[in-house]
Amino acid sequence: MLSIHLILFLAFGAVAAAGAINLLVQRHPINAALSLIAVMAALAGEYMLLGAEFVAAVQVIVYAGAIMVLFVFVIMLLNAGVEEQTKGSRVAILFGIPGMLLGSLLIAWVVLKHSGTGDVAVGALPGAPNVIGQLLFHEFLLPFEVTSILILIAIMGAVVLASKPPVPGGTPAKKVQD
Amino acid sequence: MPIGLYILASVIKSAIVLFVLLTSVAYTVWLERKVVGHMQNRWGPTRVGPFGLLQPAADGLKFLFKEDLTPPHVYKPLFLAAPLIAVVFALTSISLIPFGNDVVIGGYVIPLQITTDVNTGLLLILGVTSIGVYGVALAGWSSNNKYSLLGGLRASAQMVSYEISLGLSLVGVLIMAGSFSLRDIVHAQQGHFWGFIPNWNIFHGQIIGFFCYLMAAYAETNRIPFDLPEAETELVAGYHTEYSAMKFAMFFMAEYANMITVGCLATLMFLGGWNGPLFGPPLLQAILPVFWFVAKVFCFLFLYIWVRGTLPRFRYDQLMAFGWKFLLPVALANLIATAIGVAW
Repeated sequence: MLSIHLILFLAFGAVAAAGAINLLVQRHPINAALSLIAVMAALAGEYMLLGAEFVAAVQVIVYAGAIMVLFVFVIMLLNAGVEEQTKGSRVAILFGIPGMLLGSLLIAWVVLKHSGTGDVAVGALPGAPNVIGQLLFHEFLLPFEVTSILILIAIMGAVVLASKPPVPGGTPAKKVQD
Repeated sequence: MPIGLYILASVIKSAIVLFVLLTSVAYTVWLERKVVGHMQNRWGPTRVGPFGLLQPAADGLKFLFKEDLTPPHVYKPLFLAAPLIAVVFALTSISLIPFGNDVVIGGYVIPLQITTDVNTGLLLILGVTSIGVYGVALAGWSSNNKYSLLGGLRASAQMVSYEISLGLSLVGVLIMAGSFSLRDIVHAQQGHFWGFIPNWNIFHGQIIGFFCYLMAAYAETNRIPFDLPEAETELVAGYHTEYSAMKFAMFFMAEYANMITVGCLATLMFLGGWNGPLFGPPLLQAILPVFWFVAKVFCFLFLYIWVRGTLPRFRYDQLMAFGWKFLLPVALANLIATAIGVAW
């Protein structure tokens, strides 16, 4: 019998797969970006079904709500037009698609055969926010802090790159009048 | 509870909440016109019904019967989808808000909330509201109009910037309650201290957090003094310049529904939720918590309107400087101070 979990899992999976295919097929960049948002929202649904409520919420807030907003923002600012249509190369169709299918089958087979994973009940693995907090700030404190320093350096690099270069004469650039 | 009854209860709850929400959206508009009118020495709506009380119904009918115009140069799929996105996510976020304790009807425990109490309720509300940005951004872009585009860009930049301060201002409350569940946060605010002051977070050291939340919430909902996205003196009407009839009404509904959600969240996080004095016969005692909740949300909405009638609009550079250079550091300082206070 189909449980409600399985039905929801299949529904979210179908949305994610359809969104991913639509992302590739769409010619307009903004439609492609919106399909990616649909994929991320569907993945958040899957995480929720697995009992990882915190990861699901963070997926929506960070990826769908912040990073993709910036993507859409850039597309809107550049006003990128419809993608130019090119004739697909015959090699890509003849060998690319079967090769990709074969590759993904191989990866799936290896993962299923050798990873030693078994069935787990929903909610048996850590997923609640307090458990994740404990993991991050006790067991994985050092990697967590190192990652945050890495991100800080990246932010500083972005600020340096984005700020205007100093004028050669030594005087700072004139402030633009409001 | 059997699954059939569960679905029935959910449908009934959704219908009631949606009805109350949409009615309060309509009457918040009426209240705003009335209150701002009196502040500016005018009467506000008076003609339709007593005190102009039927004005929202008349406006709704007018929106329905207006010609549904689609300008020729818009990018049609997204032009049509944008108001839908805005209104759907504005109405969805209310489903995670609890309005009171569980009630027991015929032996079944029914939570006064559309969904059951999720462990990460607050995070999900923030997630749903953060997706609402797309409605505004896409409306601005798909209209193919420079004023709309500028309005949409301003709105998305503003909402992404102030979301950070909004989230950080709530973390202080989360540290005090030790939970993401809105129900637990309200339960942590029960009782009194010093005999009479209610144990609400706003009186319990979170007053700075409350003001950070207040300012970030005004910016998030694009209201005065942060209504730059639709600044009519420079941008015609911002992102909804090209919209008319029911499509415009959807943006309007989304804005006011977002105001109500923000008010509900402020009530739950800072103003003690449905906690309040209980007295009288059992039936009254059962209704009073919901009454207190609604009364607090009403006060919050009245504050919104009051601010609108009082303050001028910021310049855009002032808005960004305020958000990043003042509000964010203050919210961070509040977070650190709360953490030290709790660890003490």
